[in-house]
Amino acid sequence: MRMTPLNTIAFIVENRPGVLFKVSNMFRRRGYNIESITVGPLMDRSLARMTVTIEADGRALRNLIEQLRGMVEVVRVKHLNPRRMVVREMALVKLNTADPMAREEALRLVNSHHGLILDIDEDYIVAEITGSPGEIDSFLREAESIGIVELSRTGATALEKGELKL
Amino acid sequence: MAEMSGAEAFVEALKREGVETLFGVPGGAVIPICDALYDADIRFVLARHEQGAAHMADGYARASGRVGVCLATSGPGATNLVTGIATANIDSSPVVAFTGQVPTSMIGTDGFQEVDIIGVTASITKHNIQVRRPRDIPYAVKTAFHVASTGRRGVVLVDLPKDAQTDVEEIELPEHVELVGYHINPEPDERELDRAATLLAKAERPIILAGGGVVASNACRELLELAELLMAPVATTLMGKGAIPSGHPLHIGMCGMHGTWEANHLIPEADVLLAVGTRFSDRTTGRVEEFTEARIIHIDIDPSEFDKNVEASLRVRGDAKIALRGLTERLRQISKKRGEGWMRRLEKLREQRRRMEEEERGEGVKPPDLMKALRRLLPKEAIVTTEVGQCQMWAALHFDVYAPRTFLSSGGLGTMGWGFPAAIGAKAAKPQVPVVDIAGDGSFGMTENNLATAVEEKLPVIVIILNNRVLGMVAQWQRLFYGRRYFGVHLGGSPDFVKLAEAYGAIGVRPGSMEEFEEAVKVGMESETATIIDIPIDPEENVFPMVPPGRGLREILVEG
Repeated sequence: MRMTPLNTIAFIVENRPGVLFKVSNMFRRRGYNIESITVGPLMDRSLARMTVTIEADGRALRNLIEQLRGMVEVVRVKHLNPRRMVVREMALVKLNTADPMAREEALRLVNSHHGLILDIDEDYIVAEITGSPGEIDSFLREAESIGIVELSRTGATALEKGELKL
Repeated sequence: MAEMSGAEAFVEALKREGVETLFGVPGGAVIPICDALYDADIRFVLARHEQGAAHMADGYARASGRVGVCLATSGPGATNLVTGIATANIDSSPVVAFTGQVPTSMIGTDGFQEVDIIGVTASITKHNIQVRRPRDIPYAVKTAFHVASTGRRGVVLVDLPKDAQTDVEEIELPEHVELVGYHINPEPDERELDRAATLLAKAERPIILAGGGVVASNACRELLELAELLMAPVATTLMGKGAIPSGHPLHIGMCGMHGTWEANHLIPEADVLLAVGTRFSDRTTGRVEEFTEARIIHIDIDPSEFDKNVEASLRVRGDAKIALRGLTERLRQISKKRGEGWMRRLEKLREQRRRMEEEERGEGVKPPDLMKALRRLLPKEAIVTTEVGQCQMWAALHFDVYAPRTFLSSGGLGTMGWGFPAAIGAKAAKPQVPVVDIAGDGSFGMTENNLATAVEEKLPVIVIILNNRVLGMVAQWQRLFYGRRYFGVHLGGSPDFVKLAEAYGAIGVRPGSMEEFEEAVKVGMESETATIIDIPIDPEENVFPMVPPGRGLREILVEG
């Protein structure tokens, strides 16, 4: 069990070399544990949006946001409201499907989670699963009995609903 | 737009920032800059080690309020700056550090004298920048001065690869910079000020804790006005010393590990504490759970300080000067509680402290007596810097200060060896006023090579070495808390500091009495070269009061 709830922070940074280092260095220096971090450019490619999920709440979380806001490279920061956001993550999963029974089970499982089969050969399939981090966790729990050979998760990315905006 | 080299653009950009003095040590990766400086009207103060150059820039900045500037070469030059950068940054001193770097084509190849100084200094600077091309240089310089000197001040490092210095291209010198992620907002929220004023008006036992932010924002007059209106005693942090004149009836001195009897008792007893420009360091609060029962109003320009160490009831983000003025205006309109009992309590504590001081008076010349004698000799505008340890705390407790920016000390980092080069920097900023470093033999030994700079540059600072032949503060802890198991503290191999001074062409004096000490200080003030005053003191001497580490402020020891 986690001692501290996971929270999602989104922020916009200057899209320049070294900025990811400085941001992640700030988390490290202040002793925060990053659960996941994602980053990609905005339409204005001089800026990038980062999403961090982190084990922190209350005072620590408020302080972290102010630390980020104080950085020259950070343009905007927000703690996303957990009840008013959509959050998605993608996982690529390689399953061992040499056994025909396992293959059938794997295809059923990927389908039931609205996943895609990206590659298939005699012994393995590679599937893409997209969903909330919780949905991905639940897929992986079921897939474990089939045999997960390799796993790559992107980490969560998130937007707030409606008129809310970073 | 004009065609020029990056180094020429660099020097032009420095001139436009009004830089008059540059502290540094050259090396291979900054020779093009040195060449461009050859014809410029900028004073170059050659330190004998880059740490000294950084401390000089820091001392210059703290004494003048203007940006201090230092220059070092790549690799070891840059890493030698690191302690100085960290020291200035934690105390929010506006410093810009320039480092040379290997050519861009060699970055990442472990070239000769290559160090990733951007990576190294990322967590000890307010901001750092590596330029890639000559045309980036003026923009980076402008950014550096802007960021270092605004908001919560701090250090900005600019790393200059050698080819960016030597290449020639069309370069524009910008009038201003636009930083999408950097916004200074000095204006506090009016509603927060209303709430803070209401809370202060109801206080029966108000107290003010003034930090370095009061000095940084030149808010000392506003602080005093508010304190007098509220009849609130004013304690300071080490960085806030000078924010209120010593001797003012509401001045109660420093609080914390070596806080005064009055401050360490009144803070826990207060009902409303107004903290201005302080980050509530552990040396200021003692055991944080027992710091105070008071409701806290925290004013700071940097909101990341709110609730970091001590949780506040009200937070006012903004410039201290504007916020204090806003509070005073509001409080003039509101009727306030009058806490007569609170002033009587202060008087009682003051009386207790005076009586204890009388009882303590022993034989011989003690460091507190020297501090008081020094104060009588120096004009009010004289600048005192300190080294770190016992000498620093004796100075903080017993050397009275009447004006901001006249007492300079390494607070957050506690950097031994800071005071002497910082004094040289302060003297370069304020050549008309006497500058004195209150030192210990251990600290002075760490940067004594800067004597060469003081002599050569005719920056006649005075160094008073309280020479106990030990690392005094460590020895004091070993004496009080480790059963006198002295380890690694004896400084038997120290030089004869009088002869050392003479070897550098400075003046060295070892006074044998208070009269001779006073004479030596007078000689130092008249001298055109540096003066070292070496005063043997008892190695068993302790600094009191002291709150043992991890204890509350009220658990204050006044004797061993």
